[in-house]
Amino acid sequence: MLKDSDRIFQNIYGFKGSGLKTAKSIGDWKNTKKYIAKGRDWIVDEIKNSGLRGRGGAGFSTGMKWSFMPKETGGRPVYLTINADEGEPGTCKDREILRNEPHKLIEGALLAAAAVGACAAYIYVRGEFFREGEVLQRAIDEAYAAGLIGKNSCGSGIDFDVHMQMGAGAYICGEESALIESLEGKPGQPRLKPPFPANVGLYGCPTTVNNVESIAVVPTILRRGAKWFSSFGRENNLGTKLFCISGHVNNPCIVEETMGITMRDLIDTHAGGVRGGWDNLLAVIPGGASVPMMPKNLCEEAIMDYDGLREHGSGLGTGAVMVMDRSTDLIKAIARLSKFYAHESCGQCTPCREGTGWMSRMMERMVTGDMAIDEIDMLQDVTKQIEGHTICALGDAAAWPIQGLIRHFRPEIERRINDRASRLSGQAA
Amino acid sequence: MPKLTIDGIEIEVDNGLTVLQACEQIGIEIPRFCYHERLTVAGNCRMCLVEMERAPKPVASCAMPVGEGMVITTNSPAVKKMRQGVMELLLINHPLDCPICDQGGECDLQDQAVGYGMDRSRFMENKRSVKNKTFGPLIKAMMTRCIHCTRCVRFSSEIAGVPEMGTTGRGEHMEVGTYIKKALTSELSGNMIDLCPVGALTSNPYAFDTRPWELKKTESVDVMDAVGSAIRVDTKGGEVMRILPRLNEDVNEEWVSDKTRFACDGLKSQRLDSPYVRRNGKLIKTSWNDAFAAISEKIKGIDGSRFASITGDLACAESMTALKDLTASIGSTKIDCRQDGTKLDNRNRAGYVFNTTISGIENSDACLIIGANIRREAPIVNARLRKRYLTGGFEAGMIGEKVDLTFSCENLGSGTDTLCEIADGKHKFAKVLKKAKKPMLILGQGALTRPDGSAVLAMARAIAEKYGMITDDWNGFNVLHTAAARVGGLDLGITCEGGVASIVDECSAGKIDVIYLLGADEIDTNKLGKAFVIYQGHHGDAGAHRADVILPGAAYTEKNATYVNTEGRVQKTQLAVFPVGEAREDWTIIRALSDVLGHKLPYDTLLEVRSRMVEINAVFKSDDQATGGVWGKFGTKGELESSAFVSPILNFHMTDPISRSSETMAQCTEALFDEGKRNIGTNG
Amino acid sequence: MSSDSSKAMQPETFEFSAKNQKKFNTIFAKYPKGREASAMMPLLDLAQRQHDGWLPRAAMDHIADILNLAPIRVYEVATFYTMYNLAPVGKNHIQVCTNLPCWLRGSDKIMSVCKEKLGIELGDTTNDGKFTLSEVECLCACVNAPMMQINDDFYEDLDEDSTVAILESIKSGVKPTPGPQNSRKGGEPEGGAKTLRDSKEAN
Repeated sequence: MLKDSDRIFQNIYGFKGSGLKTAKSIGDWKNTKKYIAKGRDWIVDEIKNSGLRGRGGAGFSTGMKWSFMPKETGGRPVYLTINADEGEPGTCKDREILRNEPHKLIEGALLAAAAVGACAAYIYVRGEFFREGEVLQRAIDEAYAAGLIGKNSCGSGIDFDVHMQMGAGAYICGEESALIESLEGKPGQPRLKPPFPANVGLYGCPTTVNNVESIAVVPTILRRGAKWFSSFGRENNLGTKLFCISGHVNNPCIVEETMGITMRDLIDTHAGGVRGGWDNLLAVIPGGASVPMMPKNLCEEAIMDYDGLREHGSGLGTGAVMVMDRSTDLIKAIARLSKFYAHESCGQCTPCREGTGWMSRMMERMVTGDMAIDEIDMLQDVTKQIEGHTICALGDAAAWPIQGLIRHFRPEIERRINDRASRLSGQAA
Repeated sequence: MPKLTIDGIEIEVDNGLTVLQACEQIGIEIPRFCYHERLTVAGNCRMCLVEMERAPKPVASCAMPVGEGMVITTNSPAVKKMRQGVMELLLINHPLDCPICDQGGECDLQDQAVGYGMDRSRFMENKRSVKNKTFGPLIKAMMTRCIHCTRCVRFSSEIAGVPEMGTTGRGEHMEVGTYIKKALTSELSGNMIDLCPVGALTSNPYAFDTRPWELKKTESVDVMDAVGSAIRVDTKGGEVMRILPRLNEDVNEEWVSDKTRFACDGLKSQRLDSPYVRRNGKLIKTSWNDAFAAISEKIKGIDGSRFASITGDLACAESMTALKDLTASIGSTKIDCRQDGTKLDNRNRAGYVFNTTISGIENSDACLIIGANIRREAPIVNARLRKRYLTGGFEAGMIGEKVDLTFSCENLGSGTDTLCEIADGKHKFAKVLKKAKKPMLILGQGALTRPDGSAVLAMARAIAEKYGMITDDWNGFNVLHTAAARVGGLDLGITCEGGVASIVDECSAGKIDVIYLLGADEIDTNKLGKAFVIYQGHHGDAGAHRADVILPGAAYTEKNATYVNTEGRVQKTQLAVFPVGEAREDWTIIRALSDVLGHKLPYDTLLEVRSRMVEINAVFKSDDQATGGVWGKFGTKGELESSAFVSPILNFHMTDPISRSSETMAQCTEALFDEGKRNIGTNG
Repeated sequence: MSSDSSKAMQPETFEFSAKNQKKFNTIFAKYPKGREASAMMPLLDLAQRQHDGWLPRAAMDHIADILNLAPIRVYEVATFYTMYNLAPVGKNHIQVCTNLPCWLRGSDKIMSVCKEKLGIELGDTTNDGKFTLSEVECLCACVNAPMMQINDDFYEDLDEDSTVAILESIKSGVKPTPGPQNSRKGGEPEGGAKTLRDSKEAN
């Protein structure tokens, strides 16, 4: 188990309150000026060397992303936008940061801004997090009042503004270009890429979009060093990470752990184990709704990091572990996710707009077994028709859970279809 | 110039092209629905997906800029499968109502389903249906058929500049429309019908009339305004079924105004299909011989000065030539084409045409609009101005009514006071013009038909000269006409001292005994006194009501005729259907009458008339070219009135005998009136 | 969301209250000059809060005027996001999460208790206008599932009894305490945190 002293988020449960005083008591805003003074290249290198990968789900190297930001912008301002539009089912880590550790986020924003030359940050908070938004706004106000941000932030000579913008109910705004569209006052429809936000982002200006957790860990990484952060986890999968363990466990919780912890360790140590014991486990969705599920046999040895889960045909995603015990109707579980994606499709491009609804309806029929056996293959084929063909990754996210179900639980699906068929023929006879 | 490989073919293309455009250059067809070369790239239909080496996913070729060393594959089994997949997804919620869909036979979805789709659907669920919408009298919506390509949305915001269409809702419930029930107010809305790749937006007046393969297509030119848009007249039997735009980059690109497109049902009503003679106060149907005899009786032996002619706004150059010659042969010089009383004279061609040319607008960087509501008077010219505005670095100002021209155009003032300030360099817009490299001005009839029109014209000339609008390679002086016949009339010298007003006055005063109206319907026919009125035209409009003899002529779709547009571009219509009933091509009527009158005109064929036109003015030799004129003096300095400039067109939809007879145009007038006053014509 | 159906109760006009107009400055100050359209969502939210929790069309048109945009641009946004209500809603908008993590921990029961207790079906509003019951997608309080949102507040770690108690409390005019309805404070495991029990400065 990760030592408490190695946990970045010391107040993730909010036992201490969220104010500036608390924040300072756990080390936030300490010597921020000093790290800014080391210059943008130093910050980018340090973050690169730490091995930090984006915590929003895609897992792209944060330092690398920042290094793509142009230094010459032709007079255009540069923006940092922070993605607090948490919405991936199973994920609830950013919410805890927003309401319990907002100063880590604001300080991280300042340091990230220094790294990419941003004049302002927009923190896009999902609309439903109204109370979390209140806490964050209070923290922003405190930080302004204390001179930590604003003109000459922390005495660093940098002028840097932090603005909060509330969303209004659209999962897709968690996609970076949809988020930018939404910030501009438009429907959250993802943009075509290229151009990428690093060149043409918010208001047509160079923009980097980072997840809340990715930004909030930056101050600590800089203070304790890339070496410290990279001492956790395996090559290419470094650092610590917030995990959300939900579903059929005895004690669902959020916990910061080292990358590379085994799934079983994570569940047993922190969440009180699977309800009814490990053997009662049926399957786990290990990284938020978008990643394919893993049946129990794969969970035994699974390592909770990017490569570890990819090896098993799934992914770390946001680190949201949804545990399902043997009482679970897995088909119904995936059908529910399909309904979610159909509801959240922005409607812009054909495969997602038409396909998510189609898949959802087929899944609904699958729940009751109301389909033909060969429709399973057809459904699989439809998911392939959507995957990779859409403007953004929502199409992929909608396809993968179904593919995971078919891959691992096809016999169960067939059983359901056959049961219904024999029930009907029994009635007929 | 990046080099890339497409399907094994190496090709070097211009920078900034997309992969799709590069494919087109070497003749590789890429299916698409949302992509349209005149609209921004949406990339939403996903039909144009291709494989790109080293890309993790297929790319939308319409949105992917070409890059050095790119390797693109468009003909692999994987691409075929992708297209099949997208096609299937497009079709799952598309109704199978092709047999009752007007798009059938010219439907991109149909065509591409055949070309790229599968032969069956695997979709077993219920199809989505969408609550239908109303967009006014012109566009028939069947939104269940919509494939959400958003071409119409982009057209309305980008080209038309009247953002009324949008996408509401999301996911599979996303709908294209106006959200609230309303008639579209753009003068260009009909173009959305052409842009719609499916049968979601179809022509309302044309609903269920014909199938495209039943139509005979004739290439022609429009006369509903002075733009001379290139059109295609689709006919079946003897009837004009619909009018569509034809590509002409110099004039209308691929758009036409709603009047151009939809007024054609006016060709079917109020038609003059037989000669008439007034007997005992009533117009009686009669024969050509009888009608000619009635005229002959009045004209034979008449003193030439007691005969006059007025040519109307839709008159073709051929008939005007014939009437000019006939009038002269009777010994009269009283013939004029300027029904609206414009003070333009024909001393200098550069002084009465749109010298910059319509496509030339795109080279301009500043524009002063004087007394023209361009959006109402020439929507196509307005669209070009908007296009220029969108590319940036263009400043525009207008003097006249405060109207929304769909692009940023500051209202500088209402009348001649402002014009003088600019001429004197006192107005702030003078700086804009001075600074501009290629400034232009557009002078509308609202500024020229006033009593001080000639002085305004002189003032505009002074402004053009003062602000560098006239250089060796640039002429920024432009007159915007509203009548299709006007430039042709001026080119043919159909003007006389005092103009139409003096002719009408002389009729009133009993100084003229016989007046020949060639489709002249825009004058006050109550003021013609006791004069014997010969009306030649195709519609029972104002002129015909006052007529003593009616000679039924041909509408622009019924004759091979020459029109000169506001740019001075000589263009020709083609006969698409024959004139109705007893009606005849116009110049032949005048030629026949001349024989009866004993002044036989010296031409028997169309070619001969056209040679005569060239004899009068060599510009008629030029085909489809905008030939301006040599800069010189025109207009007359004089007193200016301080009143405001007012556009001659109040109701865009009804401006001439054809559009006034059009049921569709009447519906538009009514619908926009219901929309509330702020939506009539333009939003003031 | 996407239909313009609630014609009957659409007011003719909409104006922001003086109090809300004062907030404009704070809102617009966030965006660079010329980017005022970014204020669209904050203004829609402000209008909705002022207008009993729903957005009449007059408010959308008014916002279009303020932002100098075509009304359709506002309709597009208002119909895209689920939190804008385009028809009246009850004073207490009960939104029960039924997504996977909540469903795994019994959201079906929470939903049926709500239906039963309020006597309405999904999407309906009680006759007294006090409650509207909706289903909502994942609200990201998954380790505190099942949960529901009532207006701006989350009620978490629900069971049937606590759900009934919350509804009763609202009916009697007392706002129930938001957050977990068991012994938890936040995202820590039930029964007390196993980590960070004595956290200090770790940085």
